Amino acid sequence: MPKEITKLIHKYLRHDKKFPHVWCPGCGNGVILGSLIRAIDRLGLTKDEIVLASGIGCSGRMPVYVDFNTLHTTHGRALTFATGIKLAKPSLTVITVMGDGDATAIGGNHFIHAARRNVNLTAIIINNQIYGMTGGQFSPTTPYGSHAATAPYGHIEHAFSIAELAVTAGAAFVGRGTVYHVQTLDKLIKAAVLKRGFSVVEIISNCHIQFGRRNEMGNPVTMMEWMRDHAVTVEKAEKMTSEDLEDKFTIGILADEEKPIYTEEYDKIRERAGD
Amino acid sequence: MATVMPKKKRSLLQGNEAIALGALAAGCRFFAGYPITPASEISEVLSARMPRVGGTFIQMEDEIASMGAIIGASIAGIKSMTATSGPGFSLMQENIGYACITETPCVVVNVMRGGGSTGLPTCPGQGDVMQARWGTHGDNPIIVLAVSTVTDCFDITVRAFNLSEKYRIPVVLLSDEVVSHTRETVIFPSPQDIEIVDRVTPSVPPEWYVPYENNSTGIPDMAAFGEGYRYHVTGLVHDERGFPTQHPEEVKTFTNRLFRKLTQGLHEIQIIKTFMMNDADVAVIAYGSVARSAQRAVVDARSKGTKAGLLQLITLFPFPERLVDKVLKQCIRVLVPEMNMGQIYREVQRVNQGKTDVKKYNRIDGQFITPDEILGELLLEE
Repeated sequence: MPKEITKLIHKYLRHDKKFPHVWCPGCGNGVILGSLIRAIDRLGLTKDEIVLASGIGCSGRMPVYVDFNTLHTTHGRALTFATGIKLAKPSLTVITVMGDGDATAIGGNHFIHAARRNVNLTAIIINNQIYGMTGGQFSPTTPYGSHAATAPYGHIEHAFSIAELAVTAGAAFVGRGTVYHVQTLDKLIKAAVLKRGFSVVEIISNCHIQFGRRNEMGNPVTMMEWMRDHAVTVEKAEKMTSEDLEDKFTIGILADEEKPIYTEEYDKIRERAGD
Repeated sequence: MATVMPKKKRSLLQGNEAIALGALAAGCRFFAGYPITPASEISEVLSARMPRVGGTFIQMEDEIASMGAIIGASIAGIKSMTATSGPGFSLMQENIGYACITETPCVVVNVMRGGGSTGLPTCPGQGDVMQARWGTHGDNPIIVLAVSTVTDCFDITVRAFNLSEKYRIPVVLLSDEVVSHTRETVIFPSPQDIEIVDRVTPSVPPEWYVPYENNSTGIPDMAAFGEGYRYHVTGLVHDERGFPTQHPEEVKTFTNRLFRKLTQGLHEIQIIKTFMMNDADVAVIAYGSVARSAQRAVVDARSKGTKAGLLQLITLFPFPERLVDKVLKQCIRVLVPEMNMGQIYREVQRVNQGKTDVKKYNRIDGQFITPDEILGELLLEE
């Protein structure tokens, strides 16, 4: 099995690109890239019909390694470029990958409006609760009371729940997974890409270097154990009391609704506008 | 599908309407914008017309998003445009830089209004000239054009697309409140008389395609996403394959090419108009709506015995140094009237280097510069 997965990844990597990659050993980004590749492979999509667009940060470097139509945009803006691409060429499958700061701080406005607008895009948001690339400053998902490079005395702001934010903003499909629960993650990404409408997968990931070390979880194993112990499936959470759920987060599908898709609605506009 | 051009051969139009029609005639099929006066009519016209020609109009959540969307659409192979005014233009600077570095064709219309910040909504101004050239960070070349009549709004918008497509560069089209809200008759050229330039797409098979090739023109062929040429687009400085690099030689080659491709095309990029310049010994150098007042002032000055002429700059950047230099050598006096504190005046002085007497005339009170004011300045020293 492991050998097969490795083989599959090599089918999609850009071997003429100058490896090694920029990610730290043990980073969750590699797990997510593997999961994304498996999802795309299982969907039988060709490399030519995939666009992978990113913003800025560690997550932003993902597109350069894979052999799709790839776009590394400006900080927080991946969804705006993706919107232009999708409307210009609706036949393409457009996937964006962003970080928590990228998608919900500097790109927060684009994120909620993309969810509201319902263009058929997939947003993969890697939530490692920190700005990793710039050196561990707090992000919109850094937990209250934890420590960051710019919160040396403890963090006094409150974190966004990205998946819940996406649900409220109107995303057609919202899922949350972790880099520990990889098989669930494979299924979530596959379902999100397949979904007709704006789909979001929030992935809880580990930045043991910038977040973990400052918060007594200085290696990937400790962080994955934390994910294992704090993630609860949506189904299980329904049977739990709010007290039991206090320090937990849910994983699975949080929303899956049928909504009119922007490109199809715009086709109707073209008919209405007529000659 | 509706015809792109209006059915009538002549039409009474507002400048903003003519910009929208010019864009459609040039082949623009994607527009993203955010409401702002005095540019909103461009959005309104295109929201109605784009779907009729199979194109797409989208109103985004802000100007940052508008700029991102038009770059995305262009990378997918569709000619695209946005339109805004000063405050929105400031927000667009980030992604304008991305379009420069990724060499993505697109047209950005800025209908200038007076004042800084939210300024003077919506009196005319020309305060964004240097921002159009230098507004985005780094050191990238860009093309900036200025329109002065409603007919210009149509014609120069087409030229803006042509230059953008040919040179793979964002083109900023500067209008101002006066030009954009003036209504006058436009006589449309026949569709077959409109020159349309499309970007060059690769003719080689995908495995031979070098997306940022350092070729003799400095302009690499551009493949659209989804056509089998899978490549990487990034705002990071990149090598010929499109992959990020910090290798000094590759960085130097890349940056030099961005400048070289424009330098090699200056003969067609630098557009000017001259009026009564043949025997002139006094000249006005003007652009935008001020050029119209200047033209009238030149006629009036001639009737009073002063041999005046007008050099109208349509291309502001790359600054048409040689063409300006010719006028400076010819004339004993040159006046540069502007609705700012002298942004193009400084460019003219940079070229002048003491050759002749160059004066500026500026209004920054939100009021238009009239022919009489320019005439007064022209006759001042007679």
